[in-house]
Amino acid sequence: MLCLTAPEAGVRVSDMEYEPVIGLETHAELLTESKLWCRCSTRFGEPPNTQTCPICLGMPGVLPVLNERAFELALRAALALNCAINRPTFFDRKNYYYPDLPKNYQVSQNYCNLGEDGWIEIPVDAELRRVGIHNVHLEEDAGKNLHAQHGGAHYSLVDLNRAGTPLLEIVTRPEMHSVAEADAFMHTLRRLLLYAGVSDCKMQEGSLRFEASVSMRPAGSDGLGTRVEVKNLNSIKAVRGALEYEIERQTRRLREGRPVEMETRLWDAERGRSAVMRTKEEAQDYRYFPEPDLLPVEISDRELARVRASVPEMPVLRRSRFERDYGLSEYNASVLTDSKQVADYFEACVAAYDSPGSVANWIMNEALALTNRRGIGIAEFEISPERLAGLVRLLNEGRINARVARDIMHKMIDTGKDAPTLVREEGAEQVSDRSALDPVIQQVIEENPQPVQDYLAGSKKAVGALVGQVMRLSRGKADPKLAGQMLRQKLDRMQ
Amino acid sequence: MPFPAPNPDINGTMTEKLQTAVGIRDVFLRGERSALDIAEEHLAAIKRIEPSVDAFLTLCEDGALERAKELDEKRRRGERLGLLAGVPVAVKDNICTRGVRTTCGSKILGNFVPPYDAHVVQRLLAEDAVIIGKTNMDEFAMGSSTENSGFKVTRNPWDPTRIPGGSSGGSAAAVAAGMVPLALGSDTGGSIRQPGAFCGVIGVKPTYGRVSRYGLVAFGSSLDQIGPLARTAEDAALLLDVIAARDERDSTCARHEPEDYVAATRAPNLEGARFGVPEEFYVEGGLSAEVCDALEAARRVFESMGVEFVDVSLPHSRIDVEGGALSSYAVGTYYVLCTAEASSNLARYDGVKYGYRSDDHDSMIDMYSKTRGQGFGEEVKRRIMLGAYALSSGYYEAYFLKAARVRRLIKEDFDRAFEEVDLIFCPATPTPAFKIGEKTDDPLEMYLSDIFTISANLAGIGAASVPCGFSPEGLPIGLQLMAPHWQDGRLLRAAAAYQGQTDWRLKKAKG
Amino acid sequence: MPISPDEVEHVAQLARLELTDQEKRKFAGQLDAILTYMEKLNELDTSGVEPMLHGVEGRQPARPDSAGPSLPRDEALRNAPESQNGFFRVPPIID
Repeated sequence: MLCLTAPEAGVRVSDMEYEPVIGLETHAELLTESKLWCRCSTRFGEPPNTQTCPICLGMPGVLPVLNERAFELALRAALALNCAINRPTFFDRKNYYYPDLPKNYQVSQNYCNLGEDGWIEIPVDAELRRVGIHNVHLEEDAGKNLHAQHGGAHYSLVDLNRAGTPLLEIVTRPEMHSVAEADAFMHTLRRLLLYAGVSDCKMQEGSLRFEASVSMRPAGSDGLGTRVEVKNLNSIKAVRGALEYEIERQTRRLREGRPVEMETRLWDAERGRSAVMRTKEEAQDYRYFPEPDLLPVEISDRELARVRASVPEMPVLRRSRFERDYGLSEYNASVLTDSKQVADYFEACVAAYDSPGSVANWIMNEALALTNRRGIGIAEFEISPERLAGLVRLLNEGRINARVARDIMHKMIDTGKDAPTLVREEGAEQVSDRSALDPVIQQVIEENPQPVQDYLAGSKKAVGALVGQVMRLSRGKADPKLAGQMLRQKLDRMQ
Repeated sequence: MPFPAPNPDINGTMTEKLQTAVGIRDVFLRGERSALDIAEEHLAAIKRIEPSVDAFLTLCEDGALERAKELDEKRRRGERLGLLAGVPVAVKDNICTRGVRTTCGSKILGNFVPPYDAHVVQRLLAEDAVIIGKTNMDEFAMGSSTENSGFKVTRNPWDPTRIPGGSSGGSAAAVAAGMVPLALGSDTGGSIRQPGAFCGVIGVKPTYGRVSRYGLVAFGSSLDQIGPLARTAEDAALLLDVIAARDERDSTCARHEPEDYVAATRAPNLEGARFGVPEEFYVEGGLSAEVCDALEAARRVFESMGVEFVDVSLPHSRIDVEGGALSSYAVGTYYVLCTAEASSNLARYDGVKYGYRSDDHDSMIDMYSKTRGQGFGEEVKRRIMLGAYALSSGYYEAYFLKAARVRRLIKEDFDRAFEEVDLIFCPATPTPAFKIGEKTDDPLEMYLSDIFTISANLAGIGAASVPCGFSPEGLPIGLQLMAPHWQDGRLLRAAAAYQGQTDWRLKKAKG
Repeated sequence: MPISPDEVEHVAQLARLELTDQEKRKFAGQLDAILTYMEKLNELDTSGVEPMLHGVEGRQPARPDSAGPSLPRDEALRNAPESQNGFFRVPPIID
């Protein structure tokens, strides 16, 4: 059913300005090896129903046992989102029937969420703005349904490999007022979850999914309009599309004087529109009650302190610290803090060689270019931060030139040796000694009459070709700056 | 009449020895009988008696004989044999057995074959028991008479016109009729103790968490507990020794080691023990005269052993008689909580992954509703409805949370009582076994037959019913003992002491 | 508060139970009687009493995060009323 209709003839359309009030629910699969209640693997992309056991199939008589890593990751996320932690916290059953939910209840949290009343800072118009986190809780994922049609037969197929995968749900307060804010929130949250090592956030594998609630109110007012929920948002792009659609749909209705119905809608990303999934009258009654098969989870002071210590500095804060402490440009700081691995790598380099600017340039222009080309992360890069720092130091001290440095970097990867060793072995040290360069300069001037004539005729650029020849004859070891200087001196004297 | 010593293998006859699990194990271990002979004799007894009792849903004849042969081989090789070596055991059909149909007494699981064993079944096998069959029960353990089985009605071996009690009616009847020396039951509100009392056998509901529930098909998860049914306290203790083991797969299972229950039965000295009598259980019209008399006689036996009886108060388990009808806070609390949990626990029977599926449907929702509507029996549907109602929007506080609060009050009553006494002594049931069909039309009346047993489940404490005499019509009567948390050994010690002074256990049902 | 046939219908739908008209009538009466009985609990003052939500007091244990073997797929599907190509097959979820 499509709800976007043109206004009827004769209907007066107001031009009232409305602003959206947006809340988001984010589901992130946690980075664990095994499922939340059983030991089945959480690997993605295996043949259907090969990662199931009596527990995640919901067979009669089975019981859940908590995966400690899943709980710890959820706790870490709750702390990273500045939540108050409920101690103890407990699990509830959410009862509803769906074929991908083997027990026909989902073990989740409702009455005593792991984390409550947190916040996250998101960049909006070059400033940081807080978005409130209503709660963070741990629950189990469902399986997947496939809808099939074969000949005249319609049916569905159920794969329960994903059923029971640990899932983190993060519920914001309805405090975002534009698609851009929602977008900033999602990107910031995604980076936070990646940073904290909580989720791989692979949207194409369904590791990160969203649901949105949208209402409209007259711009500038602080009331709340009728809320519409939109489900089936499997990427940040889908959320943007669904929000734009919903804001336009609701605004149009309101301007036409038609009320917005409280309902849940399903986003169809392919067709770029949503349709009613259930109306207010059909609202679910989940009959939550405390899960009797799981006891309250206590968190000791020591445990809490340990997990708190494992929460990394959040990207936004790290970026401003990079600018402040290392004197990096805003752009460089943001590139280097985009991923925790890169930021960690950078700081390890700087710890080994305190020259942040040149280290930053070298990482961004050389190391990342190389790892990106090879499709690997910096964590898998063969050259340790300490060794990369050693290479940059040789370059900065003028002992090798940039071209040699690049060459040495490749050789470091191939041989596993460090930069000083390779420079020594290759005799690649830059020749910065005038007396050593002098015969080479002389030879180049004698053997290249054309560029020499060009230079003397006033084309100062011609010196570049001569420097190139010096580099060739010195097998790249000459200090190009010095070579240029000496060439100009000699040529100028010839005039 | 002289009584055999607690360990019958010392001086009993072969016939006497073969009546108890301890005796059977010992004749097997000494090579006086092969495991195969023992299994065959029991299967023959079952074939003879079963048609008049209908205790079993599935007989594991081939499996039992095969296993008996393996045990004989194991003995021949001189390998170590377990605590239940060669002992035939019956298992209630809500306990999962790998490769053996497990129906829960329900048509909705009529063809379900679990690919796993319950923890207690693994323990039985590890201790070399021979599982002889799966016993009949009220569907999903919901009932007090075994009349709610989706398959058949089990008869009381003492009187075939009467029910054996429930929901573990098949297990209690199988032991009472001499078809097996031991059986496993499960007890959510009295489902081991009440049929134990009606059939004249010992039934023990251990402290919640003492026995792993892994593989026990859930009814009321916070109340369910597996326990033994046996003819002697020592046999019950032996089976409890086997099944009370730590299990990481049940988060609510105790992490401390259990005591040695058989050892407890071998030191049956009760001199100086204090038994509490809950005054609220003895109300005018609340208890039939024959039960009252039997309890009184049992009390005198205990007193003769040096037990001191004192009054205790369990105000929130109080039984009232209003207009001739019994009522109790505990029964109301119990039915809110167990039906709420059951409504969720039984949601999984939906025709998707296993069990019955209705053929006649035109959509997913229709398939669900028809499968469940056709697959479940009336009592199960009634309780699912009740539980779903108690949890539904607007009623959670008024019903579920209210009951959970009263539950704590009930538990705290017991905590206070056990500061004064070692055990609580009370009836197991208000009357002896009732007639088949007598209460099937009135669910509330049926619920009230558990009026003395449900408080122990709510409090989470261990309790046992022990045969203590017969009605003038020849129907067994049981007394009930309740112990503080984790003191299940006290139940068995007291039961053993009592059996040492009485001969009720020697009387045999006609079968 | 007497339970109405509509409420019976609503709860039956929540619980995915198709009931016959006779069952609906019967259950309405019986549930009413049982609920009235349960309301007896309202005689008790439970203010300030912590609900007892588990059969045992204690804290939840946890297991290490290590993957173990799953069931062979044919065992996982063996009890299924209908399966196809390694999936559980069910009626169409979306009409």
